[in-house]
Amino acid sequence: MYRLKITDHIILLLGVFVMMAPVVVAFFTSTHEAAEIHRNGLTLRWGNHFVETYNAVLNREGGFTGQVTGMRMLMNSLILGIGFAVGKIVLSMLAAYAIVYFRFRLGTLFFWMIFTTLLLPLEVRILPSYEVMHQLHLINTYTGLIVPLLASATGTFFFRQFFKSIPDELLEAARIDGAGPIKFFFDVIVPLSKTMVAAIFIIMFVYGWNQYLWPMLMTNDESFYTLVRGIKQILLVWLGAQIPDYNEAFAIAILAMLPPVIIVVVFQRWFIKGLTESDK
Amino acid sequence: MAAIEINQVSKIYTGDVHAVKSVSIDIKDGEFVVLVGPSGCGKSTLLRMVAGLEEISKGDVKIGNRVVNKIDPAERDIAMVFQNYALYPHMSVYENLAYGLRNRKTPKAEIDARVAEAARMLQLEAYLERKPRALSGGQRQRVAMGRAIVRKPAAFLFDEPLSNLDAKLRVSMRGEIKRLQRRLGTTSIYVTHDQLEAMTLADRLVVLNGGEIEQIGAPLEVYHTPASTFVASFIGSPAMNLLKGELHGDKLALGPSMIDLAGLAPTSGPVTVGIRAEDLRLAGPGEHAMTVAADYVEEVGSQRLVHGNLGDQSLTAVLSPEAELKSELRLVVATEKLHFFNQESGKRIGDTVSPQVVQVKTEIA
Repeated sequence: MYRLKITDHIILLLGVFVMMAPVVVAFFTSTHEAAEIHRNGLTLRWGNHFVETYNAVLNREGGFTGQVTGMRMLMNSLILGIGFAVGKIVLSMLAAYAIVYFRFRLGTLFFWMIFTTLLLPLEVRILPSYEVMHQLHLINTYTGLIVPLLASATGTFFFRQFFKSIPDELLEAARIDGAGPIKFFFDVIVPLSKTMVAAIFIIMFVYGWNQYLWPMLMTNDESFYTLVRGIKQILLVWLGAQIPDYNEAFAIAILAMLPPVIIVVVFQRWFIKGLTESDK
Repeated sequence: MAAIEINQVSKIYTGDVHAVKSVSIDIKDGEFVVLVGPSGCGKSTLLRMVAGLEEISKGDVKIGNRVVNKIDPAERDIAMVFQNYALYPHMSVYENLAYGLRNRKTPKAEIDARVAEAARMLQLEAYLERKPRALSGGQRQRVAMGRAIVRKPAAFLFDEPLSNLDAKLRVSMRGEIKRLQRRLGTTSIYVTHDQLEAMTLADRLVVLNGGEIEQIGAPLEVYHTPASTFVASFIGSPAMNLLKGELHGDKLALGPSMIDLAGLAPTSGPVTVGIRAEDLRLAGPGEHAMTVAADYVEEVGSQRLVHGNLGDQSLTAVLSPEAELKSELRLVVATEKLHFFNQESGKRIGDTVSPQVVQVKTEIA
């Protein structure tokens, strides 16, 4: 057995420090008042305004219209994150299933066409996508926010590779057992893909959660604001002698981090469990 | 239960590759037929065409008097056992066994009864709740067989089911398959590349080579009268010695030796002579014998495999472990145990089957 040496611990601790220190600083700073932060800068002391700040961030109605609360933004972010993740998984699983198991003409060509779109980032097609959504009157709707980004080359690619690793005999056994394409998909493919689904859910949820440019373009109604935009909004109020609400910006940042962390922690367990338990 | 009729079936892949060339086999109800041959001989393709997993390019397959060419695998009333078991990894043993029945909308009570029966037959009762990954290779293979049994199909199709098991387990599973098939009396087609498995399991052997049938017959019939040099070298271990010889009237010239055939010569001129290694024995003093220069010896324990040279041709003999070994061995073979093959076509010449031996086999069966 390899024995952990002191240097290993130092390296690991260094990693933890680099990753965690900014978060810890942000958290402690968020418990102070804005004026204090402006005066003293970042701090590692507990500031006694924790409940106040977080309550304000979550429940105070703000924005230009005075109607959008932190809770609202949190919910929007969740809808976006989960909508992206679930939609992308469903869509890319079906696409990969078609490509791998139905050997239709030009199937490979279609796969490579999907695959090459990996090379194009969202920003390249953001204006045409906006134009299409505009003409469909889907600006300021969740549908408009989520649907245009659902097609996922990454997801399709991962699922295709995974399906290809499932032995053909399983399909043949299922055919002899009288399972048609739909039954085979739900009875065999879906349960076997659990680990893949978990992995892709993590990636896609975080991807959706962190969207900034797209929601900004697609929505101008404040009730569709996400947390990520909320942070920006707070820092924008740099008017005259008014001090930006640093404490609230930090608090929102912390809140914005929590759900992805929870998702990763929960699904990572499942993901690792699936990896170690399944053979073949 | 049903008879299976394979009628001039061919498989042609794109690019005009003929994997199976016009093969016909009549399989009787309840018969255990083994398809044997080297890899790439088309035996698996043939089986998969019977199963419906591979399209039939030409000819037709009948299962119980029904042409099944265009019928879905699930509707063909067959069950298949795969080499890698092909168990559903996420389902328990019970679910694996029940899946096919469930898809057929079998009532729950009957599923339970059939699964219980199969589990009892295969000693899987204790494992019904386990997932396949928690089972050993032999147990997995039994589950795969159970999945076939619960369906009560007209025919079992086995695609090299024992190849993934270790040697010892293979022998015991072989016995189990044979016993099970006898007990259920279900028509079976079994594909293997292992000649020993083929010999021990089959009611009838089908030896395939290059997509064509070389010989069909009872195992001992094939062993004692191989129809061609290919069958001769494929069936039996160690492989039959095949030597170049020449017939001169009643005498056979084999390398430097001359053997008196005492009126048994089937033809004349150059021939390929087949001698089973186990038909060779050490000559007694004064007996007319072939002189073989011993090359090396393989000790198997129960016997000794002596590899040597007769003139410039190599030869293997199976001798008893007590046999005295010298660098020059004097070996004899009974003339009625010689096999003759045409040197060009490799086909058998004449017939030297000893009828009594075949008789014994049918009595056991």
